[in-house]
Amino acid sequence: MEFKKLHLIICSIFLVYSVSANAQSDKECFEKISRGVFKFNQGFDNVILKPVAKGYNKLPEPIKKGTSNFTSNIATLLSIPNHILQGEIRLAGHATGSFLINSTVGVLGLGNPAALMGLENQKEDLGQTLGAYGVGSGCYFVLPILGPTTVRDTVGMVIDNNYLDPFARVTWHEREIKNISGTPVDYVGVKAATAIDFRGDNMTNFESLEKNSIDLYSATKSLYLQNRKNKINNSSENEDDWGNLDN
Amino acid sequence: MKKLGLLLISFIFISKVAYSTTYNSDPEIFIKELVSDSINKLSDKNTSEEDKKKFIESIAVENVDINALGLYTLGELRKSTDKNNLENYQQAFQKYFLKSLTSRLTDYSSNKFEIIDSEKKSSNYTIVRSKIIASDNQPEIKIDWRIYTKNPDKPLIRDLIVEGLSLARTQKEEFSSILNSNNNDINILISKLEEFINS
Repeated sequence: MEFKKLHLIICSIFLVYSVSANAQSDKECFEKISRGVFKFNQGFDNVILKPVAKGYNKLPEPIKKGTSNFTSNIATLLSIPNHILQGEIRLAGHATGSFLINSTVGVLGLGNPAALMGLENQKEDLGQTLGAYGVGSGCYFVLPILGPTTVRDTVGMVIDNNYLDPFARVTWHEREIKNISGTPVDYVGVKAATAIDFRGDNMTNFESLEKNSIDLYSATKSLYLQNRKNKINNSSENEDDWGNLDN
Repeated sequence: MKKLGLLLISFIFISKVAYSTTYNSDPEIFIKELVSDSINKLSDKNTSEEDKKKFIESIAVENVDINALGLYTLGELRKSTDKNNLENYQQAFQKYFLKSLTSRLTDYSSNKFEIIDSEKKSSNYTIVRSKIIASDNQPEIKIDWRIYTKNPDKPLIRDLIVEGLSLARTQKEEFSSILNSNNNDINILISKLEEFINS
């Protein structure tokens, strides 16, 4: 109970910091450390993630598709409360329908019949919800293994994990919900499968980025922040900042 | 002597136009023709690597607004940089851009490409939406092309937006980081670009 209180206090402090007017995501929290962590993550990718993802890419297509569908279906559990918090009732309905149909007709989420029925399954997390409320992203930093993030997204991730994500509650925190139970190993397993699936899907993109960047750390930061902004705005419309070149 | 001169001029002219292709001025058709040409050339087993490189470079010089892209990626520093340094930067940027473009196009040349539609944003810009069809190793990738149409007869590519992520902006932020950590010294950026060109 005391730990929960401490959690809430820390999260609140971070949030207040994030909302402050000068909290801009292009600002670094501690660049030197982040660059060091980024290098460590690159090493981890080279030695573990990339080789595993390469092996994963050699698996038959139905296995890869099934893994992708399964992890995506579990992630829907976190999207539902966040759709509701954003007042997106229609999308919350779609996500709930998608989870129920895919978990039953789609055999534990291995198939995705909900998509064929036209149900949208847009991923949402608390970082996006806070962004939609107008909370600034705060400064940028890199976490070991987990990768690029901002103050707002990290606070969101902690609250998601502790309070909003039913899958994390059942597995990581070993809470029983309606006789369903799990272990932290299940949680780590699903997260690892999600990461491997993502890395396998983006093999060419990563290689191309690595080959053509003169500062890979900054390129990754820019891509992360652009991606989060698009997700918060639910749009891939790019801001037009070319204007003053044309005058 | 006159004949020799004429022959030499003809040779230079022919070698110059050998790679030059004029594309349609409608942005959607322009991208369709240009990408189809590039993919065909890059996947042609009878064309040498050197010829492929020359071809990509020549269509990029003709159809990408490299000058504007260079200025955009330099950010606000373009306003305070002296003419000489700016020229050096533009030269280095062009070489850097052509090398990275050839590498990027080669990475994706084995994939199938499809135009979705286009949207005129203003008299200066049209966005052409396209996608790389999913393959065994890669899911579908959406690519938007920002086309500069100030001269409607000669559309120019200014940016590629891959899955909502602008390559020009990424480049700009990459350069900005290098400049910020080096007292906005453009010569450091130029030397980093040259390092990449010579690698």
